[in-house]
Amino acid sequence: MAPPASSRRPRRPAPELLFGDLWPYDPAPETADPRIRPEYDLFIGGRFVPAADGTRFTSINPATERPLTELARGGPADVDAACRAAAAAFPRWSRLPGAERGKYLFRLARLLQDRAREFAVAETMDNGKPIRETRDFDVPSAAAHFFYHAGWADKLAYLAPGRTVAPLGVVGQVIPWNFPLLMLAWKIAPALAAGNCVVLKPASNTPLTAVKLAELLQEAELPPGVVNIVTGPGATGAHLLAHPLVRKVAFTGSTEVGKVILRSVAGAGKRLTMELGGKAANIVFADAPLDQAVEGIVNGIFFNQGQVCCAGSRLLVQESVAERVVAQLRRRLRVLRVGDPLDKNTDLGAIVSREQRDVIRGYLRAGVAEGAELWQAPFRAPARGFYVPPAVFTGVTQSHRIAREEIFGPVLSVLTFRTVEEAVEKANNTPYGLSAGVWTDKGSLILRLATELRAGVVWANTFNKFDPASPFGGYKESGFGREGGRHGLLDYCAVT
Amino acid sequence: MPRLPVTKTPKPYVGGAFIRSESGRTRPLADATGAFFAHVPLCTRKDLRNAVEAAAKAGPGWARRTAYNRGQILYRLGEMLEARRAEFAAALTRFGARRAAALREVDAATDRLVHYAGWADKYEQLLGGVNPVSGPYFNFTVSEPMGVIGVLAPAEPPLLGLLSLVAPVIVSGNTVVVLASEPRPYPAILLGELLATSDLPAGVVNVLTGLRADLVPTFATHAHLRGLSAVADAAERRVLDLGAAESVKRVRYTPDAPLAAWLGGAAQGLEPIRAFVEPKTTWHPIGA
Repeated sequence: MAPPASSRRPRRPAPELLFGDLWPYDPAPETADPRIRPEYDLFIGGRFVPAADGTRFTSINPATERPLTELARGGPADVDAACRAAAAAFPRWSRLPGAERGKYLFRLARLLQDRAREFAVAETMDNGKPIRETRDFDVPSAAAHFFYHAGWADKLAYLAPGRTVAPLGVVGQVIPWNFPLLMLAWKIAPALAAGNCVVLKPASNTPLTAVKLAELLQEAELPPGVVNIVTGPGATGAHLLAHPLVRKVAFTGSTEVGKVILRSVAGAGKRLTMELGGKAANIVFADAPLDQAVEGIVNGIFFNQGQVCCAGSRLLVQESVAERVVAQLRRRLRVLRVGDPLDKNTDLGAIVSREQRDVIRGYLRAGVAEGAELWQAPFRAPARGFYVPPAVFTGVTQSHRIAREEIFGPVLSVLTFRTVEEAVEKANNTPYGLSAGVWTDKGSLILRLATELRAGVVWANTFNKFDPASPFGGYKESGFGREGGRHGLLDYCAVT
Repeated sequence: MPRLPVTKTPKPYVGGAFIRSESGRTRPLADATGAFFAHVPLCTRKDLRNAVEAAAKAGPGWARRTAYNRGQILYRLGEMLEARRAEFAAALTRFGARRAAALREVDAATDRLVHYAGWADKYEQLLGGVNPVSGPYFNFTVSEPMGVIGVLAPAEPPLLGLLSLVAPVIVSGNTVVVLASEPRPYPAILLGELLATSDLPAGVVNVLTGLRADLVPTFATHAHLRGLSAVADAAERRVLDLGAAESVKRVRYTPDAPLAAWLGGAAQGLEPIRAFVEPKTTWHPIGA
């Protein structure tokens, strides 16, 4: 029997307007001078000084694998000198009227804005992230953090009404390589606003903008010793955080290293802020605005090559729209541009280091070996540098390593769910609890998930948004304490 | 012929029930005159794990109560303690407290419950808030309970010290497992009996008795305890910090101090509540 003739013939799908590589893009490199000196020293007591043992290490550009600059390799003696300098500066700095301390921070914000393009290029060359991100996000956000906290310095009494707020003393800060300058601002600005003095160790992969910032500290005429910057390997950071003069430890990095630090300071009575790893769920319900959701998913996991602790690395999509979302996602990823980070058209730049690139490749192999299906956007690898194109795993189950462990790369694991309860259960089924995303048109469902998700930040119908006024930090093994807003500032204060 | 009094078997209060330690171990407790008082259970790691399970079961229901309701329940507890002032004071004097000090301690414990009852529907407006982010987003921070919190009560004062640590933790919707004063556990046993007849749901507060040396290491490492509020000496702090590192637990220490330090207004307030809530920040775009 012939099939009944349909009165409405299925329409042919409209042809997609996908230009892909039909026309080559002209290169559009950012050409501002990053003003990188061939050598940098440690910044201790307001002066640039070489490491006590005279050793240096090299920072490379991960996009070209070429050396960028040589930096002093700080060791225990340098850490000790920096902590002493900070302790010596503390009495005067903490007694300075808040309004005066604030003016130094306002100056820093302005100086950073003045030299924004230079810092953006330097950051891109040191880290490998696209100039579009350093220019439009990292550097302006860092300046905004100084500006926001500057305004708090003379208003500390309003932080905890009915109580006395005082600074803690010397603060030891160790920051990661994924947002070198921004993490520095997140750490230094609230510490100084509250009247503390700082010893900061930037990541050994990405120390450049921290030592460049030391130039700004001099331009701002910040009193010597208030901020000290010691470059060096991870061991130098461990020395710093365990140093007896350090009254407060602020660390951003992996949960694994965070636990090592927690053990090393056990019993020392130091105040702690730990901003550790994450494995965020980005939950898409069938009624979500899917076009926006796909943009949010892309931003959630491919921002900064996925090297973000709060990255939306687990996509939980409702079964009825899963196929459509994945198809839309793949179409979107095909047109992302991976390549030279200094090119203004680049969406994904280089991975920070060879080691990290190899870690990501290891997870790609593990995902395939465990039975998930890997899809990668087509991409032509530049001749040199560490690149990984956007990767999407489908058919992922809860037990797969790619669904449980933090990868810190452009790798998205797609899982599906049917009911709200299942989505919440799967999203919360992780030792982490840093962030989560929800996409739906239903307001009451957003508020329900915002309540039930065990995460410190919930993005509803958006993802990866940050602001100096907005507290950021995790539940469970993603750490404790907050950064940003009144919450973050209180973590740098003694309240009595 | 005088009537022979009925003696009471002291039992820890776990999951809304009065238990004996699964180990069957006890130790004899003497009163201030040196006379035998009772056998007090020596709870074990297994008892602690069971108590954590009870606390975890009670958690979601307690956290879902309205702040107003939690406040009323804490206030009711204060009312009940006031009504049994003489009984609690006697429990303190029997083990060495002077009568005036005992009454001060019970009164301060009652006042502390009332103080935190009042916080229940107020701390959120001080800790949370709307954050003025630079973009078209509505961004707000609310405080959420962490889950199950371990409490190590001080040896002294046995009632006020314990309640001062427990009340700010449960007021926000956390549940607790508390280890009572090791030398003077009886006031905590009595408190368990008060809790059992209060409106506090079973499992919200679980009281264990026993030796700190037996239990501190498990308080430190139990991964389902999301935080610890403790009075602890330097050696214990090291053990607690090391164990807490394994599951990234929050730890808050209160200094060991005599009764006088626990009586004043400085021993209470918003900070002990803030230490055991998680700020959660939600972003939503504004517009179509």
